[in-house]
Amino acid sequence: MLNPVIDTDGAPFWEYAARGELRVQACADCGEARFPPRPCCPHCQSFASEWRPVSGRGRVWSYVVPHPPLLPDYAEQAPYNVVVVELEELPRIRLVGNLVSRAGAPLGSLDPQRVRIGARVQVVFCDGLPQWVLS
Amino acid sequence: MAGPGLKDATAIVGIGQTAFARHLPEDEKTLACRAVLAALDDAGIAPGEVDALASYTMEETDEVELAKAVGFGDLTYFSKVGYGGGGSCATVAHLAAAIAAGQATVGVAWRSRKRGSGPRPWRNTAAQLPTPAQWTRPFGLLRPADEIAMLTRRYMHEYGATRDHLFNVALACRNRANQNPAAVMHERPLTREMYMTSRWISEPLCLFDNCLETDGALACVVVSRERARDCRRTPVYVHSAAQGLPAQHHGMVNYWNDDPLTGPAWTAARHLWKHADFTPEDVDVAQIYDAFTALVPLSLEGYGFCGRGEGGAFTEQGALEIGGRLPVNTGGGGLSEAYVHGFNLLNEGVRQLRGSSTAQVPGAATCLVTAGEGVPTSALLLRS
Repeated sequence: MLNPVIDTDGAPFWEYAARGELRVQACADCGEARFPPRPCCPHCQSFASEWRPVSGRGRVWSYVVPHPPLLPDYAEQAPYNVVVVELEELPRIRLVGNLVSRAGAPLGSLDPQRVRIGARVQVVFCDGLPQWVLS
Repeated sequence: MAGPGLKDATAIVGIGQTAFARHLPEDEKTLACRAVLAALDDAGIAPGEVDALASYTMEETDEVELAKAVGFGDLTYFSKVGYGGGGSCATVAHLAAAIAAGQATVGVAWRSRKRGSGPRPWRNTAAQLPTPAQWTRPFGLLRPADEIAMLTRRYMHEYGATRDHLFNVALACRNRANQNPAAVMHERPLTREMYMTSRWISEPLCLFDNCLETDGALACVVVSRERARDCRRTPVYVHSAAQGLPAQHHGMVNYWNDDPLTGPAWTAARHLWKHADFTPEDVDVAQIYDAFTALVPLSLEGYGFCGRGEGGAFTEQGALEIGGRLPVNTGGGGLSEAYVHGFNLLNEGVRQLRGSSTAQVPGAATCLVTAGEGVPTSALLLRS
């Protein structure tokens, strides 16, 4: 499986994720949240940022079900879902992830028929990687 | 507005291409040389007169190698455009701007690619951009098809577009390829049943929603309006040209702005039409970038052929076929002629305005050519 290739801007996200916390970068001056993380705020150009905790609740914005040819580790689990989740408090912040049957379950663990746009989901963590389960 | 601008200041006077196939024995550099020399021969211009080049950042044959091999003269302008298939029309736009501004006189744009027999780029996990490598790849969103399928699903959900609409796109391209002996899918008809029962690549996109994987190369030659009158072929004028990178856009994975379903096409279109003497209603034929079927309804909306959310419905009743409201991809496009990062759409646009297409739209005098939607893009309005 591919581990996240972490850059400077993204490092805090993964440090919080490793502790089981979902946080989003926000401007420390004007308060606007932004994703993916970046050095300065596109609204007010401030370089001051903070990492704001969120509830981890959200809704499925869209999803796909990839089929092979895929990289071998993913082909073994296919077909699986990949979802984009919009966060409850910050619907413009959307995270790519997988909807699974329980924390730590494989990518293909949930019947694709159960994935729907609009479905309410909750973040869980497995080895520092966020996953999503149906609420 | 200052100055005369680009409008009809330059023309495409030569086009060239190699054969298209899943596998061609020659390497990319050789294919590039063949396409460039064919385009210059078509124009009746000697290689030594070329002084400007434009290509894609993903092009692997660099200017030095190409210039040495085919015998270009002294080059005074060379440019490369990023974002894969988003750069196709921009190569011609850059040459047009350079020639109109007096920086060069004879420009060649080209693309040579062995995407058919070479490796699939997404398989390379060692060389990845920060966003996919960090925010999407670990979750198994691995390929361009997966990334665009995500937007496609949302598009279908918001607007009620259907798989039949996507099939209409695939069918129009296939029908035109069936008329084009140079197309990879010549003499290989497509039916609705084949489409609906084909294997999934990334739901909701099936096999026939995806472009071909092709080896091949193409090129074209751009000169000033004045010079064009002396060339061998009827000039095809670059009437308007635009690039488009919208505010807060994210290439391929445009999930992170306020309105992910209005992409770069909208930005390019605003500039394109602002500088044009005609409107979408006056376009006789369009060559719309089709790495995936879903990019066509999005582009139809973006370039103003219909309203937002109406791109799917626009494809109904044979609208994209010859004789329909807007015939598209008349050589077969990336879906059924060849996928060479959209350059075949440029050359087919030129053929239509010369009256020499294998699926000629009678009396075609205006053509829109677009580059990839979903990435920082570009577009041209051509006229005869």
